Amino acid sequence: MTNPAFLSLTSTAGVLLILALALLPAPLLGRWIHRIYEHHRADIVEQRLAHWLDWSEQQNWRSYLLYLLVFNLLCFVLLFTLLLAQGHLPLNPQHLPGLSADLAFNTAVSFVSNTNWQAYSGEDSLSYLSQMLGLGVQNFVSAATGMAVAIALFRGIARRSSHSVGHFGRDLYRGVVYLLLPLSLLLALVLIWQGVPQNFNAYLSASTLDGGQQWIPGGPAASQIAIKQLGTNGGGFFGVNSAHPFENPTLLSNLLQCAAILLIPAGFVFAFGHYVRDRRQAVALFITMSALLLLGLGVLLWSEGRLSPLLASLQLSDSLNWEGKESRFGIDLSALWTAMTSAASNGSVNAMHDSLSAWGGLVPLVNILLGEMIFGGVGAGMYGMLLFVLLAVFLSGLMIGRTPAYLGKKIEAREIQWALVALLTMPLGILVLGSLTALLGDPQAVTSNPGPHGLSQWLYAYASATGNNGSAFAGFAAGQPLQNMLLGLAMLIGRYGVIIPVLAIAGSLASKAPRAASAAELPTHGPLFIALLTLSLCLLGALNFFPVLMMGPVAEALSLP
Amino acid sequence: MNVSTKAPAAATDPSVTASTSAEHTASYWLQIIWQAVQRLSPRHMVRQPVLFVVEIGAVFATVLTLLSPQTLGSSGGTAAMSVSTAWQIIGWLWATLLFANLAEALAEGRGKARADSLKAGKQNLQARKVQDSDDTVGQSVNAALLRKGDLVRVMAGELIPADGEVIRGVAAVNEAAITGESAAVIRESGGDRSAVTGNTRVVSDWLVIRVSANPGESTLDRMIALVEGASRQKTPNELALSILLTGLTLIFLWVVLTLPAFASYSGGTLPMLALIALLVTLIPTTIGGLLSAIGIAGMDRMLRLNVVAKSGRAVEAAGDVQTLLLDKTGTITFGNRMADNLLPAQGVSQQQLARAALYASLGDDTPEGKSIRHYVQQHFAAVYGDVMQDSTDLNTIAFTAETRLSGAWRHPVLGERQEWQKGAVDAVLNWLAADSQGTAIKGQAMPALLRDQVDQISRTGGTPLLVTEGRQLLGAIHLKDVIKPGIRERFAQLRQLGIRTVMITGDNPLTAAAIAAEAGVDDYMAEATPERKLARIRQEQSEGRLVAMCGDGANDAPALAQADVGLAMNDGTQAAREAGNLVDMDSDPTKLLDVVRVGKQLLVTRGALTTFSIANDVAKYFAILPALFTGFYPQLASLNLMHLHSSDSAILSAIIFNALIIPALIPLALRGVNAEAQSAQQLLRRNLLIFGVGGLIVPFIGIKLIDLLLVALGWV
Repeated sequence: MTNPAFLSLTSTAGVLLILALALLPAPLLGRWIHRIYEHHRADIVEQRLAHWLDWSEQQNWRSYLLYLLVFNLLCFVLLFTLLLAQGHLPLNPQHLPGLSADLAFNTAVSFVSNTNWQAYSGEDSLSYLSQMLGLGVQNFVSAATGMAVAIALFRGIARRSSHSVGHFGRDLYRGVVYLLLPLSLLLALVLIWQGVPQNFNAYLSASTLDGGQQWIPGGPAASQIAIKQLGTNGGGFFGVNSAHPFENPTLLSNLLQCAAILLIPAGFVFAFGHYVRDRRQAVALFITMSALLLLGLGVLLWSEGRLSPLLASLQLSDSLNWEGKESRFGIDLSALWTAMTSAASNGSVNAMHDSLSAWGGLVPLVNILLGEMIFGGVGAGMYGMLLFVLLAVFLSGLMIGRTPAYLGKKIEAREIQWALVALLTMPLGILVLGSLTALLGDPQAVTSNPGPHGLSQWLYAYASATGNNGSAFAGFAAGQPLQNMLLGLAMLIGRYGVIIPVLAIAGSLASKAPRAASAAELPTHGPLFIALLTLSLCLLGALNFFPVLMMGPVAEALSLP
Repeated sequence: MNVSTKAPAAATDPSVTASTSAEHTASYWLQIIWQAVQRLSPRHMVRQPVLFVVEIGAVFATVLTLLSPQTLGSSGGTAAMSVSTAWQIIGWLWATLLFANLAEALAEGRGKARADSLKAGKQNLQARKVQDSDDTVGQSVNAALLRKGDLVRVMAGELIPADGEVIRGVAAVNEAAITGESAAVIRESGGDRSAVTGNTRVVSDWLVIRVSANPGESTLDRMIALVEGASRQKTPNELALSILLTGLTLIFLWVVLTLPAFASYSGGTLPMLALIALLVTLIPTTIGGLLSAIGIAGMDRMLRLNVVAKSGRAVEAAGDVQTLLLDKTGTITFGNRMADNLLPAQGVSQQQLARAALYASLGDDTPEGKSIRHYVQQHFAAVYGDVMQDSTDLNTIAFTAETRLSGAWRHPVLGERQEWQKGAVDAVLNWLAADSQGTAIKGQAMPALLRDQVDQISRTGGTPLLVTEGRQLLGAIHLKDVIKPGIRERFAQLRQLGIRTVMITGDNPLTAAAIAAEAGVDDYMAEATPERKLARIRQEQSEGRLVAMCGDGANDAPALAQADVGLAMNDGTQAAREAGNLVDMDSDPTKLLDVVRVGKQLLVTRGALTTFSIANDVAKYFAILPALFTGFYPQLASLNLMHLHSSDSAILSAIIFNALIIPALIPLALRGVNAEAQSAQQLLRRNLLIFGVGGLIVPFIGIKLIDLLLVALGWV
């Protein structure tokens, strides 16, 4: 193990550096995002596509949604078929067989919905073709789908008395080509330089010193890993994700991968500011998100950095909780990754969440349960947050005696109704579907631990699926057919149960004429609003999960001395 | 908007006073409680999803406990709930519903008492239906059978059977039943005073009236519907809020229904009754139970202002108003111009001028003339005394609209004839010119200094009058529009609430600008015509503002209809009353400010109580969850922050608090949360502090106190 003093210095510097790398470019990136989506001139490829596919200039929210759903359905069918049939297809040096139907369903839903929950281990189950043409492509288009929905909502808020929210085809194309591709190309190159494999070789067989046989996997990993981090996908190339030395070989690769998680979600916050031509709105949301992120990070750093009470009683030389941590980079960097990946619905990991201390394990769980809006998924985080903003504005608007309005757009029964549909998805996916496990099967059989910790594993699996996070607490036997189906359903509910309401709200808001600004308008920036938004988040978002959290991580934490 | 000092107009109405005293009698309360019980009918409850869930829970709990008391307990480590606790919980579940119904019944009772008094006597009214306006006999029909367009003839001493418009005749009408004002008013065909209201009494002469509303559709009928919970339409914001509450109820339903699955994994089973109690405490019963009462109480507050709302939507929209169009006369200024200053010509003393002005005004009984006499009395008491003693054998010349002059003259015993005149500048100059033999003096009639003064008065928005004694110009009287006291402060308050005031006046731009500056309005519209008013409203609306205005004339009708909140004056035309969505029975244009306040208060009350209701859930969790879970996870006992006595008492205390908070908040719901504030930000901060933070803290204290009380009483 490295010198602890050196480690603590590098880790503190590392934490700060990663946060800076992730958050500081946000204003610039926001400007870029606004520009690529709103630029009038289409490039030659987009022009051809628009010609062939008859992309009219603008769509109303219904056609936007229809386009999106049809496109996502096509993606699903393609990926599902590919996974089933991979045994008969090329680029499969290991001759891996096709997946079972339930696993293929689960995996296809998972990647189409930007969840990237993996009920399989990449190197043992998927051919290179499945990885690249299947998962790799979905990593891009599922991320771009989420971004397109956010852009449609931004337009809905910003436009005046308009029937259109943009065109899905164009938004999808531009998101992929001008944002995701360049950034992941850049990141992939650095990762290759750092030693991440990028080849089509068969796995190497090696004899170990003690005479055993070992497979050394290869494959087109770097390209996949770059987009999995940037597109808040999180589905690793290798089973243990970024805790695998090939997936995350060096301190630098760790630093860049970690920062990449929040890069685009943070950029989207500022892009919103450009759309509504009011930077203060973006700053207020940015501060709210950052504060919640830092709060979670603080708890993690405290809980993982302190002497574990049980280990302390064993009187070891180093009684920190090193279990499941990335020992090459230190506890702090593992804590940071955990906070960011759960906040941003990324789901990639470089540490085992299952092995976090009890209070520490509560953090990623709460981050996800809040609805993935602490920066959240690319696009998804912003539209999730804006739904809560609408609810917060509704309550506070009433309290100042006016029909509530956000940035001049009145929030009426229709918006509230759709926002609630979106709000209902989290309890529906997590509590209702989760409890079906108990009804249809035996939850004791799918969790590796009994009692509170087992409940955390169970809860985490459904939270991760519904929140489209995709990280696993581990210890949950996710691969069973029942779980594959239920979790697949949870992912669908969590994704489209929010996208549909968001687009409906976008359409409804776009059609409204804004109310003139006046002194009576509730200012949606400034400390009072930030406090209000945080309070609403906690009351409306987290309150639902209080009972289960009490039986899970809280009961576990309180059982320790 | 400080109007709290204003006594409710309804206080003058004897029937309302009677109903207020009735509120204290036992029979009144019995009646209200009986209504609350009647409302337990599922058909009524289903309209309020939150309460409906409580009712289902209460029925379920009752049946369950009756059939098999042994299901109360559980095996998995959770202590069995005692039968006495179970029945107490069931009792409080029903109490929760009753309290909510009580709130609605109370609000409705208050509103209806007022509405009933307006409606009283209407049932058995006979009307004399005629074929045309020349028909003096007609036939007697029941007023309830009258249809829109029917003609009726009403003679002195009879009640007008329905809302309508006078098409023939002039009569004095006593509208005390509606306005509380006992002095009769004149109603006549044509002009701006042609509308009559049903149930008012003709005291002299006769009228032929064209009925303007079918039975059940009159202004009054619509108002009555607004204070009846059963037939009331939800207003837009209320609808949005109900959706939010229903959604939250659904979420908590899922939370509670899935809880046994997670608990059984953890090795415990939860008593069914405790789950029902948890559900009822979590769903927003506080606001759910008071929502209807808040809406009705808002309409009732309008009625107390003597404003009849035709729709709840209009009342709610009043809270959103961003631009107020106000008529200058009567709203911003007193109806009439008043003497404000005396400006003597060169070589004339103030006293001399005051004396002449007073003599000249003795024959002027217009408000202006009175104000001149009043001014002299106030500022030149000695002169006033002299003139009043010296007014024998004085001949006064009355003011007429034709001459626009008034004056006085006499032949004293000694000396020559004395004569004083006062009037508008051109009228006085013409009089001087015409009376002289030629045109010689016409040009020099007004000395330069006096002309400057007169011009100055005009420039500042005032009206100059000239005063003569004999043939000599003594000086000028400065008449000005007097701004109502306190109106400037009121506009400043409105501005801070984001409401712009626009003064509408027929004056010329110069005068209008001067008055606008003095009154502190944000904008003004001079030389206003109905067309320009309408255009202005459309323009404001196209810029995204909600506009309120008041008016009475037939030519105001288009603007009243176009405005989002149109307050019609009851003594105005029927056209205006039809076009507006609010009718002010007192015909007081300043009511618009009160209407805005009531609208705001309505929204603030709903928002505040919703926030309070949701914030309460935190404490309820901390009361009930440890009680439910400590059976299988003893370590969770440390989350029993309130140190409640036992599981039973914790659950019971929470459900009791949840029930009692409803009646505790009924007065607030009926009165409305204070919506006065310097700014929106301040209002939000205050309400967030009281109802958000307060909502977090209060239940912790309340539940603890109830727990202590239960233990002291030995009920758990």
